[in-house]
Amino acid sequence: MIPAPFDYVRPGSVEEACQALAADEDAKVLAGGQSLLPLLRLRLAYPSTLVDIGRLPELSGVHDRDDHVYIGAMTTHDDVLRSPVIHGACPLVALAAATVADPAVRHRGTFGGSLAHGDPAGDLPAVVLALDAVLVARSARGEREIPAAEFFADYLETALEPDEILAGVRIPKLGPGWGYHYEKFHRTAQAWAVVGVAAAVKRSDGGIEEARIGLTNMGATPVRARAAEAALRGAEAGDRVRAACEEAAADTSPPADLHAQPDYRRHLARVLTHRAVRTAAGWG
Amino acid sequence: MPRIAITVDGIKHEEDVEPRLLLVHLLRDRLGRTGTPVGCDTTNCGACTVMLDGRSVKSCSVLAVQADGCDVVTIEGLGANGSLHPMQQAFHEEHALQCGYCTPGMVMAAIDLLRDDPDPSEETIRRGLEGNLCRCTGYCNIVRAVRRGAQEMGQAVRTP
Amino acid sequence: MTELDAGLVGEQIAESGQISEPDGAREIGRARRRKEDRRLLTGHTRWTDNLQQPGMLHVMFVRSPMAHARITRVDVSAARDLPGVVAAFSGRDFADEQGSLPCAWPVSEDIVIPDHPPMAVSQVRYVGEAVACVIATDRYRAADALEAVEVDYEPLPAVMDMNEALAPDSPKVHEAGNKAFSVTITSGDVEAALRDAPVVIDRTYVQQRLIPSAMEPRAVLASTDGDTFTLWSSTQIPHVLRVMLAVTTGIPEHRLRVIAPDVGGGFGSKLQVTAEEVLCLLLTRRLGVPVKWTESRSEGNLTVHHGRDQIQHLTLAAEADGRIRGLRVRLLADMGAYLMLVTPGIPMLGASMFNGIYKMDAYEFGCTGVFTTKMPTDAYRGAGRPEATFAIERIMDELAAELKMDPVEVRRRNWIGHEEFPYTTVSGLTYDSGNYEAATDRALALFGYDKLRAEQADRRDRRDPVQLGIGVSTYTEMCGLAPSRMLGMANYGAGGWEHGSVRMLPTGKVEVITGTSPHGQGHVTAWSQIVADSLGVPFDDVTVLHGDTAIAHKGMDTYGSRSLVIGGVAVLQACEKVKAKARKLAAHLLECSPDDLEFDGGAFTVRGTGSAKTIQELAFAAFTAHDLPEGVEARLDSDATFDPDNYSFPHGTHLCAVEVDTETGQARIRSYVAVDDVGRVVNPLIVRGQVHGGIAQGIAQALFEEAVYDADGNLLTTTMADYLLPSAADLPDFTTDRTETPSTGNPLGVKGVGEAGTIASTPAVVNAVVDALRPYGIDDIRMPCTPERIWRALEGARS
Repeated sequence: MIPAPFDYVRPGSVEEACQALAADEDAKVLAGGQSLLPLLRLRLAYPSTLVDIGRLPELSGVHDRDDHVYIGAMTTHDDVLRSPVIHGACPLVALAAATVADPAVRHRGTFGGSLAHGDPAGDLPAVVLALDAVLVARSARGEREIPAAEFFADYLETALEPDEILAGVRIPKLGPGWGYHYEKFHRTAQAWAVVGVAAAVKRSDGGIEEARIGLTNMGATPVRARAAEAALRGAEAGDRVRAACEEAAADTSPPADLHAQPDYRRHLARVLTHRAVRTAAGWG
Repeated sequence: MPRIAITVDGIKHEEDVEPRLLLVHLLRDRLGRTGTPVGCDTTNCGACTVMLDGRSVKSCSVLAVQADGCDVVTIEGLGANGSLHPMQQAFHEEHALQCGYCTPGMVMAAIDLLRDDPDPSEETIRRGLEGNLCRCTGYCNIVRAVRRGAQEMGQAVRTP
Repeated sequence: MTELDAGLVGEQIAESGQISEPDGAREIGRARRRKEDRRLLTGHTRWTDNLQQPGMLHVMFVRSPMAHARITRVDVSAARDLPGVVAAFSGRDFADEQGSLPCAWPVSEDIVIPDHPPMAVSQVRYVGEAVACVIATDRYRAADALEAVEVDYEPLPAVMDMNEALAPDSPKVHEAGNKAFSVTITSGDVEAALRDAPVVIDRTYVQQRLIPSAMEPRAVLASTDGDTFTLWSSTQIPHVLRVMLAVTTGIPEHRLRVIAPDVGGGFGSKLQVTAEEVLCLLLTRRLGVPVKWTESRSEGNLTVHHGRDQIQHLTLAAEADGRIRGLRVRLLADMGAYLMLVTPGIPMLGASMFNGIYKMDAYEFGCTGVFTTKMPTDAYRGAGRPEATFAIERIMDELAAELKMDPVEVRRRNWIGHEEFPYTTVSGLTYDSGNYEAATDRALALFGYDKLRAEQADRRDRRDPVQLGIGVSTYTEMCGLAPSRMLGMANYGAGGWEHGSVRMLPTGKVEVITGTSPHGQGHVTAWSQIVADSLGVPFDDVTVLHGDTAIAHKGMDTYGSRSLVIGGVAVLQACEKVKAKARKLAAHLLECSPDDLEFDGGAFTVRGTGSAKTIQELAFAAFTAHDLPEGVEARLDSDATFDPDNYSFPHGTHLCAVEVDTETGQARIRSYVAVDDVGRVVNPLIVRGQVHGGIAQGIAQALFEEAVYDADGNLLTTTMADYLLPSAADLPDFTTDRTETPSTGNPLGVKGVGEAGTIASTPAVVNAVVDALRPYGIDDIRMPCTPERIWRALEGARS
């Protein structure tokens, strides 16, 4: 199928991009286009203008900074999962990026694009949520930092204002002693996650000191499994960890769709959280 | 209408394009490169896979304007001097195609996955092809062909 | 058949990757690489959408968003005014000339064949039905114009469930009601068999609706010079299509040429006479310029005919030792909203197959075709036979479970022994040959059956959260559609013969014309092998033409695993006729009696002398015609039409091991072994490819695919993001092997192979899933066996 007509601008700087967005309330940002183009082709979206930010060098690249890793929004999934910096400092991001769609899509799709799209079934939103990342937005009004916990507002909606561009993401370095895993459950390799669990676990002697868990596709937004995190704090390996993970679906409102009903998603969240935590803790 | 410069299979083109024109339609309808087919509208099937600046992309999900200044290689630009690329030859030897509709994209995806792993395992091959659907072969012979193509290409590198 | 004929060919493909080559110089049996490949591999293809014609316009269709509604208004005027738009029409604009899409298989006396206008005029009956069309200078302008067409609908109730549709108070899809037909076939006394039977198994299985999903979406290009018409279409059936289009549109058959250029897969979905084909012809007639329509995938999911969709109720009666007494089958078959080309015939193709490979004394088959407000169903790989095979192979496992018997053993006790062929089954078919013992023994050995059973027992003992299931399917199927006489008895609207022509060219090369219409099956290669052996010419000297009614003037096309067993044989017989002519000519030139000549290695030699004429020399002699004997024309060519006496009955044993994660419900295939007997093999490479692809599609039905409509009749699986086709990453490697029991029904000894894998694999997979879950008291999982369905079954069993 074929998109409806739109205008196209390719700004030379982030400032220009912000101006273009501010000038037209029906304008939309074009990043890698891997979510947007299918929507346009199915005529499920009718932007007046696409503001192509895919070539702005300042929005691209992975930067190792003191206490965090900064990932430019236009860094492709492929570049993310090849980045030694990410593998070293925040491997959970790479683990999840490797599960996004398929190789060709990962060559075009961008880290920031999949966050700004705000799809709770996407793999990366749960990861930045679990890692307490900070999202950096730019507009003609300047720069603004948005904690991940405040970024995902509703289904396909984020805290970005219409004239704002997601410029990059700060992923805090958690330091030594942490293990990571992204457990994705899907029916076919290229299908969206029915449920996904992003887990970061800090081990103590024979148990868990701290765990952070983000859930994919367990609500209108990605969510943290706070109850499970609390129950895991100080839990020893074995039945206590299993019991703690039973809390994973607490306070979630998972969707009902073609691929699963809410009760099954809740069940999966519990099972997959246990698996993700065990693998992250190195007990897999 | 934006004007773009694009190199396709070694030939430079300048084209005025509607912003919404999909790269695959530029290739097929404007430039006559009909070797790259379209199989879906949701970036799932991979039939339209081409190399864009050396990396596999699904040309149905790239706007022609996004490819401005880029180098595109399609299935029609793979072989040299009328001979088949080793991966094309391997698909032939292993009977890795039946109707042939997925083949251009499958061959491109196969070549791309060897960039990371020139000697891939069966599992690596299967994972590397997850974005390319075939309805005829059940994939067994495609996996064999990719392994064979990898060996041939490795050989080609080793024997100058 | 004797035991000697059922030799093992020892082709352990998966292990070695090697294929055995036949002895000597024979082409038949060689793993020839395909002649078709080069163009396809280099992108020099002729998909219909690749084709351009001067002045060509693009057509797109406005499609109903309602499952069932009266059309109260269609206004195309705004669309007509858009830039680049040449014309726009509603169904009413073509009401007088568009006719009704044909149904060629009225299976019963009571059948209701409703009027089926290509573009709806007053009422729509499924989401996606065409209601208007726009014609523009390019596809982008046409897509824009679609949105400017205004259609008003007055909703009518959707009819989605077959059982509800048959209730007296159900809303009607058609005036005459929701029953399309009903058929009952009986053999023996089923009531008696059921009465007092030591074991009676009663089960209902659901064959979910599938979307065939050939990789090439449909496309049609039509043009006219004002007098003659040419239609290019991504079709499996150019010949049948030409006849039916002539009848439907009134364009005389002799002025209509149909071409199937490169066709990107079909699997039955392109065995159809479609609204778009009819309308493109009518549009080119009305506008006088070429018009092209290319389907988008989401449009195709809505409007390419769907497959399967049956509710199967089986009652099986058996003795305490497992021997079957009789079987009763009651089917509801969802026709969808209309009867298309062979819609009602699909369940009937399974009517005689529910008894499978098993002996029994009583059999009853009843089927009711039901109208619903969904896309019509029609042929999809296997067409009626996968459904039947699934049901019998599933219930055989239930019988085994009931008797606490090994599922292979219960099959052994019932199947037809190799010494009993030819065998006339309870449903009246005569299976010409087979050796179920040999195929099964080979499959069990390759699979490591006993070892896997031991592992299964161990996992059960350990209460391993990952349970192992083993599924078997010992199938046969009837294919090679079909003997014309039998099709006539079944009230099908055409015959089942096939045509082949062979002509020697002056330089000694050979041009073959086949009435089959390949779209991936490798006929060019396989027919070349047949001809090379028969005429003694090099494989590379043979070319095969097909898929164009102006070149291949006679044919019945490609479907139902028919091409080799009928069309390949027709080519062989044409070769024999060519040789007979050549013999006369050779005798004349060599001044001997035709009986003194022996033909070998492509030459006629006078027995006992060195004098010889090669077939190439004879071809040139026929061309120059300088010295022809009395009654011999200046051509060395011939043609033949082959019509078999019987169907072909490939068979085999498939075994599947599945690991079921009882925590998530996910089933993963661990190993898969297929031993198929497709008779003699012309090209083992092509056979292996057909088996692989067939298995993949059968697995897809078992685990992944389902066309889902909501209660209002909206299709929810319109894209490949929702209709889940398996990728390479979702399937295992398959271990394949063959036994070879030649068919006695044709001189090549071949049986069909195109559908066998699909027919066999679905029950093998589901049997494995259920086998894994049987300790929990679970005896069925509805297809596709999704993780959620398995989890729910486990939850039900646990509580």
